[in-house]
Amino acid sequence: MVDLIMNDLLGTPEILVGLFALIGLLAQRKAIADVISGTLKTVLGFVILGAGATVIIGSLDQFSSMFTHAFNVSGVIPNNEAIVAVAQDTFGTETAMIMLFGMITNIILARLTPFKYIFLTGHHVMFMACLISVILTTGGMSGIPMIALGAIILGSLMVLSPALLQPYTKEVTQSDDIAVGHFGSIGYFAAGFIGKRVGNKSKSTEEIKVPKSLGFLRDTTVAVSLTMVVLFIALGLFVGPTFIEAELSEGQNFLIFSFMQGLTFAAGVYVILTGVRMLLGEIVPAFKGIADKIVPNAKPALDCPAVFPFANNAVIIGFIFSFIAGLVSMLLLPLFGLAVIIPGLVPHFFTGAAAGVFGNATGGRRGAIIGSIANGVMISFLPALLLPVLGTLGFQSTTFGDADFGVVGLVFGSLIALIPSNVFFTIIVLAILAVLFALGWKLRKERKEDNKKIA
Amino acid sequence: MKKILVVCGNGLGSSMIVEMNVKNILKDMNVEAEVSHTDLTTAKTEHADLYIGSAEILGNIDDGSRNIALLNNLLDKDELRQALENNFK
Repeated sequence: MVDLIMNDLLGTPEILVGLFALIGLLAQRKAIADVISGTLKTVLGFVILGAGATVIIGSLDQFSSMFTHAFNVSGVIPNNEAIVAVAQDTFGTETAMIMLFGMITNIILARLTPFKYIFLTGHHVMFMACLISVILTTGGMSGIPMIALGAIILGSLMVLSPALLQPYTKEVTQSDDIAVGHFGSIGYFAAGFIGKRVGNKSKSTEEIKVPKSLGFLRDTTVAVSLTMVVLFIALGLFVGPTFIEAELSEGQNFLIFSFMQGLTFAAGVYVILTGVRMLLGEIVPAFKGIADKIVPNAKPALDCPAVFPFANNAVIIGFIFSFIAGLVSMLLLPLFGLAVIIPGLVPHFFTGAAAGVFGNATGGRRGAIIGSIANGVMISFLPALLLPVLGTLGFQSTTFGDADFGVVGLVFGSLIALIPSNVFFTIIVLAILAVLFALGWKLRKERKEDNKKIA
Repeated sequence: MKKILVVCGNGLGSSMIVEMNVKNILKDMNVEAEVSHTDLTTAKTEHADLYIGSAEILGNIDDGSRNIALLNNLLDKDELRQALENNFK
């Protein structure tokens, strides 16, 4: 009986996440119909996520055979959805546990510290929970200590990341009502930081005429399909018909095969996104509801498109320059002996656009351009550097895309590899987090005093 | 029961937040409606009595046959309330 509960019930991530949703819905005293449909949808979302992973892995396998045959180095397509979906097979339970307790830690920290941020970008919480569980497990941790430490790391990041960016977010939104909760924030911070030093914020991007025709790339499905089809067909032309038709496509024309594989990848991403949407549909609103009750004057930390309306031109400019930086980085990476990171339209669109908005807010046109280039370089080099610390998950031809995943993974992954004792590692990690909180606290005080002086 | 669909490019982050805001405002207005959120591609094929989203995204599915509320700033609750009041008076 105990075995059934511990291994089969709690060891099946779908059921575990379903239980979270069920408890949450019951706690909110929802009607019985809502409880049933909410719980079912959450579980179903997780099942759909796994189905999407199967589709994506099929396409990624073809991609890596083709890429390796053509260039003799491995090529990697950074895609958070793909890597997380693939990882759920092995790390599903740990991810779900760290996610739940990380959210609870976020609420506690928001209540106790001056960083009153509630991180509402649920899919990024899930992705970060997954990365942390991979890093800690690869480093040899397991069970309750691993989940406890993972939750503390995740919960701390959920308030530190918005806090780091907040001074710049204020410049973008001209208010202190919202924060940005997105794990690409280190890239935006770099853009804001550089923008402030190289640019002039009075020369805004919003005075230039920028064609609106790139707006269709805001549709993730279109952007992924387009990138992957272009990528696979270009790769198909490099590889040539002989290898593909003999080894991979069972005689199907090599270009048709490449075209279909590109679309298969995009279909996989679409399926995974649908799964993630269903999975989080009940959890995030419940999280927000509880947080609003416990943390008075909490600030919502929102997904990065929340800042797009503040500078529509900077969005387009940021995307273009981030993507160009990604293309140049792709050619430079092999010189450093790193894996080739294929720039994706989606990561460059979302994070490049946000970097453009932050760069523009602190440094106008020049800030937007140079800031988004910095972001583009970061989201090319960081994923490549991250691969070795992901253990066996690093051989999947896909990896985490945004800047914070790279930084967090590298820092904790390198530490856990350096420090043989897990107890010692835990103490070091807690010390690092404490220092970050203390620094943030001190900077806040200094800024408050500066503002008083100005006033 | 009217159906409201909130749309953003990814169908994950901002549309979910706006969905929560819509539900709160409707509660204030004493209006019953089914509210959900999704991405642009799915929105094209999903029926709703009202589509809500930012102007630069939702412009893509505006073919004249749908009832669409375009917002300049997704997170501006006053603008959202105005759009809902225009549709549910």
